Amino acid sequence: MKKDPKDQLSNYEYQFIGKPVPRHDAWDKVFGRTKYADDFDMPGMLFGKVLRSSYPAAKILSIDTSGAEKMPGVAAVLTAKDVPNNETVTRFGQTHQVGGFEGLYRVLADKKVRFMGEAVALVAAETEEIAEEALARIKVEYEQLPGVFDPLEAMNPDAYQVGEGDSNIICNYQVRKGDVKEGFSRSHVVVENTYRVPFVEHAFLEPESGIAWIDDSEIITIRVSTQVIEHFRDVADVLGIPHNKVRVIAPMVGGGFGSKEDITVETFLALLTWKTGKPVKMTWTREGSIISSSKRHPYVMKYKTGATRDGKLMAMEAQLISDAGAHVYLSPWVLLYSTVDATGPYDIPNVKVDSYTVLTNNTFTSANRGFGAPQVCFAYESQMDELARRLSLSPLEIRKRNYLRKGDALATGRVLEYGVETEKTAIKALEALGEPSMPSSPTEKIGQGLASGMMSYGRMTFLHDTSRSYVGIELDGSVTVRCGVQDIGGGQASSLASIAAEILGVPMEEIKVFIGDTALTPIAGTTTATRMLYMSGNATLKAATEVKKSLLPKAAEMLEASPEDLVFRDKKVFVRGAPARAIPLADVVKACAADGVQLYNVAQFNAPFRELIDFKTGQGQVFPDFTFGSHAVEVAVDTETGKVRVLKLVACYDVGQAINPLSAEGQIEGGALYGLGYALTEEVILDKGITLTPSFSEYLVPTSVDAPHVKTIMLESRDGAGPFGAKGIGEPSCNSIAPAVANAVANAIGARILDLPLTPEKILRSLQKL
Amino acid sequence: MRKLINVTINGVEYELGVKPNLTLLDLLRYEVGLTGTKKGCETGECGACTVILDGKPVTSCLVLAVQANGKKILTIEGLEKDGNLHPIQQAFVDKGAIQCGFCTSGMILSAKHLLEQNPSPSEAEIRKSISGNLCRCTGYQKIVQAIISVPGRTEK
Repeated sequence: MKKDPKDQLSNYEYQFIGKPVPRHDAWDKVFGRTKYADDFDMPGMLFGKVLRSSYPAAKILSIDTSGAEKMPGVAAVLTAKDVPNNETVTRFGQTHQVGGFEGLYRVLADKKVRFMGEAVALVAAETEEIAEEALARIKVEYEQLPGVFDPLEAMNPDAYQVGEGDSNIICNYQVRKGDVKEGFSRSHVVVENTYRVPFVEHAFLEPESGIAWIDDSEIITIRVSTQVIEHFRDVADVLGIPHNKVRVIAPMVGGGFGSKEDITVETFLALLTWKTGKPVKMTWTREGSIISSSKRHPYVMKYKTGATRDGKLMAMEAQLISDAGAHVYLSPWVLLYSTVDATGPYDIPNVKVDSYTVLTNNTFTSANRGFGAPQVCFAYESQMDELARRLSLSPLEIRKRNYLRKGDALATGRVLEYGVETEKTAIKALEALGEPSMPSSPTEKIGQGLASGMMSYGRMTFLHDTSRSYVGIELDGSVTVRCGVQDIGGGQASSLASIAAEILGVPMEEIKVFIGDTALTPIAGTTTATRMLYMSGNATLKAATEVKKSLLPKAAEMLEASPEDLVFRDKKVFVRGAPARAIPLADVVKACAADGVQLYNVAQFNAPFRELIDFKTGQGQVFPDFTFGSHAVEVAVDTETGKVRVLKLVACYDVGQAINPLSAEGQIEGGALYGLGYALTEEVILDKGITLTPSFSEYLVPTSVDAPHVKTIMLESRDGAGPFGAKGIGEPSCNSIAPAVANAVANAIGARILDLPLTPEKILRSLQKL
Repeated sequence: MRKLINVTINGVEYELGVKPNLTLLDLLRYEVGLTGTKKGCETGECGACTVILDGKPVTSCLVLAVQANGKKILTIEGLEKDGNLHPIQQAFVDKGAIQCGFCTSGMILSAKHLLEQNPSPSEAEIRKSISGNLCRCTGYQKIVQAIISVPGRTEK
């Protein structure tokens, strides 16, 4: 399975891969020219608005829209009865009709509302002001219901039923390996704790937005800020029209972090344009976004971990309960990630995991950078430090005695067949952290912390994930890539340019990558699951290699050399070792065109296809591969105020092969701060279903003065499943920050805090000063 | 009822009839068509809509268009000269300070104002000057490094 990069490049030094170069989309962005979703208008367009529920749990007794409909300038008022297929059971983002899970997606609330902010009615009007006024004139009569807001309560058989089923528990997985009873009996130390992590807001800077119109061939076209253009299928199903009558275009996205993986404005826009025949634009306010879009799952995690006197892990038992909020969405998938990752990157002979995701009347939860991995990482890495403390071992030593290595199996039986460099990442991160600083005041205590983590890249293998890419070479030697990726800021498009440039020897600026259009670019799947480089990078590599292969015979003939001796570089083809024997690439292309040689290739890359795992034992393969890494941090805790300052932060990851080190480093730095917000300040607070943090004044995203300097160390094992041996880094980069900070705080103050975020209040409580 | 205002945007004079409740942000984006200024929160918290108004950075979502009457406005579109990048724009490109790009316009304008006021800011001064501009992608590090690297900045 392991790819040797030499196979692809005949042992020739890379020209573009691994070189820090500006991203090809950077120029338009600094000029302010990039047209994001809300930057695009259509003549005669209407403005769409959403009426949201006033209660987290209530019966809808009646909806009277007549007052709104009568208003001049109002073009449409829609409620659930106007939606052809309001309650579709969709398989989000899947390209194959496989899988055991279904995400229930309801376009508009019908009969019952399940969370505060749920969409109840839609309006399209000539101006935003008229649309706003029309919303105020829709009369909805509610009968309030008690609701349930705590997932543990919601698990009771007699709890309030959030949905229409007879249980709030959506799904349950189990992992069974060995015999935990036996494992604990052979442990000298057993640590038991219950950890809690909060709701988190994605806080991308670009609110949900899009515009829809019906084009001149009756196609409903939606230009939308999304991570998944393949929702065109879901939109078509909602309208009850053929899939090929809906087109979705994704412009550059102003941040996604998972929340634009689910449908946001697409179905609303499609319905309004379909009803009115006119273009309709909809952009959510920040408050609308925070109260109605998905959140990261809060978890309650009971962990029991046992080890021998010399620190060898013997058994781990975990119960994971996640709050799915009011609708299913991706909760079962997120829970599966947590379940598989529950042991962390450790070899444990006896494992028992029971996980549940539960409906409540809170805001729904779904994908958020890390997709269930950071929650359990906080728990298992806190446990490791507690074991180390009890055994008087260093945090590094206990981990070294238990890290999984290449060829080892996870508790789910999956053997790790690609690079596993976790130990190296931990050693290097700690080395770079150095000696502890001196406190800057008598009330300040310094602490250092380490945490390692693993997170998959690539989607779950039972989804049978595929991607495709078109690479074509033009008569002047410039290159066109067409690939249906969504670029959410991670350089998803630019990395494809790097790959094509490397294979065809054409400078980056002469490669044009067309992305994100279901009508014009080959379907490449979702920009989620840290899969884009792995999947579409491999597809592009394959297509570019095929194009090169098709040019080789002619080039060899023209240079009177053997094809295997030819090098493509700087838009020239030359004989290896004799760069003077060169001809312009354009001449080769023209000669090939004259001979009728195919100048393009559309390649498909298939991830490993596996069947669903056994939900009672957890045995089977769920992911193609994992990215491993470690964070080391140093904090200063003020014992008078409870304030934590992060003084040093080191992130060390094995990225396999950095395609563009500038971009990969950017992911690691950004991921570190994303995780730091999780550790210290970020929490969406809900009081009986009502969001108390609906703006950036209450929801505290780290600013530039909160951000420490991040030292990034990238290891390159060249042993990943991606192109040139790359692994994925987007999501894994935020995984182990929170536990590293928690471990550092525990090291500083001698008390462990089990709940995120680590607010001054919690720290003072743990110091018994409150 | 519309009010007549005169504004100079990126050196071009405009005479515009605007509603009294129109924000400067919406004027720029939807009336003048300068969409490089971004709308992220409309409550002055994210800084994505930062423009320079008579030499000072403002969050244009909190300024009414009528308040800009008789004033000069600089937006991201006014920074390039004859298609050439301003040195701060070039630094952002070179240092990889751009990911999704949604905060970029506001960041660059905040940085421009800083460097005009203080040609040799320390890292702490740079971080403070952009602390009203949220970025969710980069962790701010490459943005800070880009501003540090702008030619003409002298080490303190």
